[in-house]
Amino acid sequence: MTVRCAIIGSGNIGTDLMIKLRRSAALDLVALIGIDAASDGLARAGALGIDAPHSGIDWVREHAAEIDLVFDATSAYVHVRNAGVLAELGIAAIDLTPAARGPKVVPTVNLDEHLGAPNVNMITCGGQATVPIVAAVSRAATVPYAEMVSTVASRSAGPGTRQNIDEFTRTTARALEEIGGAAIGKAIIVLNPADPPILMRNTVFCALPDGSDHDAVLASIEQMVADVARYVPGYRLKNRPVIEEGPFGTPGGAVPHRVVVLLEVAGAGDYLPTYAGNLDIMTAAAVRVGEAKAGHLAGLAAA
Amino acid sequence: MTAPFRLTDSTLRDGSHAVAHQYTLAQVTDIVAGLDAAGVPVIEVSHGDGLGGSSFSYGFSGTDEMKLIAAAVATARQARIACLLLPGIGTAEDLKAIHDVGVSVARVATHCTEADIAEQHIGMARRLGMEAVGFLMMSHMLTPEELLAQARLMQDFGADTVYCVDSAGALTVPQATDRITALVQGLHIGVGMHAHENLSLSVAISLAALEAGATHIDGCTAGAGAGAGNCPTETLVTVCQKMGIDTGIEALALMDVAEEIVRPALRRPQIVDRAALTLGLAGVYGSFMLHAERAAERYGVSQAEIILELGRRKAVGGQEDMIIDVALELAARKAEQEAAPAQPVGADR
Repeated sequence: MTVRCAIIGSGNIGTDLMIKLRRSAALDLVALIGIDAASDGLARAGALGIDAPHSGIDWVREHAAEIDLVFDATSAYVHVRNAGVLAELGIAAIDLTPAARGPKVVPTVNLDEHLGAPNVNMITCGGQATVPIVAAVSRAATVPYAEMVSTVASRSAGPGTRQNIDEFTRTTARALEEIGGAAIGKAIIVLNPADPPILMRNTVFCALPDGSDHDAVLASIEQMVADVARYVPGYRLKNRPVIEEGPFGTPGGAVPHRVVVLLEVAGAGDYLPTYAGNLDIMTAAAVRVGEAKAGHLAGLAAA
Repeated sequence: MTAPFRLTDSTLRDGSHAVAHQYTLAQVTDIVAGLDAAGVPVIEVSHGDGLGGSSFSYGFSGTDEMKLIAAAVATARQARIACLLLPGIGTAEDLKAIHDVGVSVARVATHCTEADIAEQHIGMARRLGMEAVGFLMMSHMLTPEELLAQARLMQDFGADTVYCVDSAGALTVPQATDRITALVQGLHIGVGMHAHENLSLSVAISLAALEAGATHIDGCTAGAGAGAGNCPTETLVTVCQKMGIDTGIEALALMDVAEEIVRPALRRPQIVDRAALTLGLAGVYGSFMLHAERAAERYGVSQAEIILELGRRKAVGGQEDMIIDVALELAARKAEQEAAPAQPVGADR
């Protein structure tokens, strides 16, 4: 069986996700739902022969019987409202906003843990890029403190991201702790207006206590980068990870070393040009989660 | 006679770059007491990169900034205490926390093209009843008209004042005048100037800004600050006194604070050296300077090269992590050149 899905939100993320979902064999995209009839995303959906209503969550309410799964690419505030409606309708939700109503999911780290959850959260673009690295360090060493800095091209940050900037830092920081395994997490986001636009950059710092096995940490990171690159082809190390000598007085205590991981994410160029790797990592991860959920739903149907 | 402009002393915020964010409680108390007694109306305190700036990326604070801020509020008798916040680093929650300890001025800083990320924070400051100041960093990167468009966004969000911030110390005097003139003519709120010393122009730019209609000026005592430092408060006040501009601040008392408290706390002289000049030349964010120095040392490459390369890549404030990136690339290039097969001596004979 194919799982019937819809996307709410016709901005940058929703439109990029639409293009990716059309390539998925397991997921059948029924509609891209917006609120602005004049949006570019809806026009593209219409041109592709996909239903493109502009009545927001109401459309889902009216077509509840035809939808198994909804991807919500609106904003944190809007998702809080949508989440309630979707729960009421019994439709599974994959939340691409930083609202984080359900468990947070990173495909390479905890995909299998929450397949049955009615609402899962994709954290943030920066979270999808950096939580795997912190998790990679955590499986090789104790991480008392982890920090990430995401720099994205101004042009790839839509109004949702801009109005939700605090939600980005808060949700990402919590994910570094809950899924990355750091005792304390901190997240920073920077917008860079350079023209031509820069590729999405992410830097991860992890505090390394005395006695950490540096070789194991570095090998674990390299492995994780390869695993993420399987579903986000533009995800790569910008430079080799380096262990720097401190001491560093982190909020998780003083440590003798830190590992610095410099990452770059080139987009697939599906909707926005390749500089917008921040869109791709989010939408590619959401497709990955959607496909796994489809497999799970199919298993339930067969049982 | 009312002061024609309001001075904000940022020794304990921007100046903390010069001490790698290691101010002690005693230093904060002494500096606030001195500035307050001299008549400085606003004193800014927080991590150099604003609230929540304590990090691997920007350097960890030696003492929790909330403790320093609370001490400043408790010490000041007439001065108002201000804090800086960069959306993306700090959050609106931090504004609630400083409001709770008695801070009354919130300065919200964005890169000059990104004013719209400050809406949440300027709005929060206003809701809390704080004075809200918009801070457009790296203002040299925009034309006066473009800068005005961004300043208008901050005005619309509810800012009481908007600053032209020359974070790279890269503006010349006429360039600063043009920007302030555009803001003064196009806004109905106060306009401020925050100058740096990388091209030895900070006092001249501050005076030119006043002439162009600015009503708020920033300084740091003893010129403490990122890069070659900020506009030295005691110098500006002294010059104003000679020019008959009433600041309401005692120049001699400020000189004492600079000489006896701030300068002894600084770890290095605030001078226009090669690193500072390259910042001004290439238009690079001033707080990159000391991070670039450490990365240069760690990876055996040139600090000036790092700074010039950051300028070419149009790095903006907050991108300190890129310094490591650039240093690693320069080191790799250097290693490649050194590994290139050297011609054995006399091989061509």
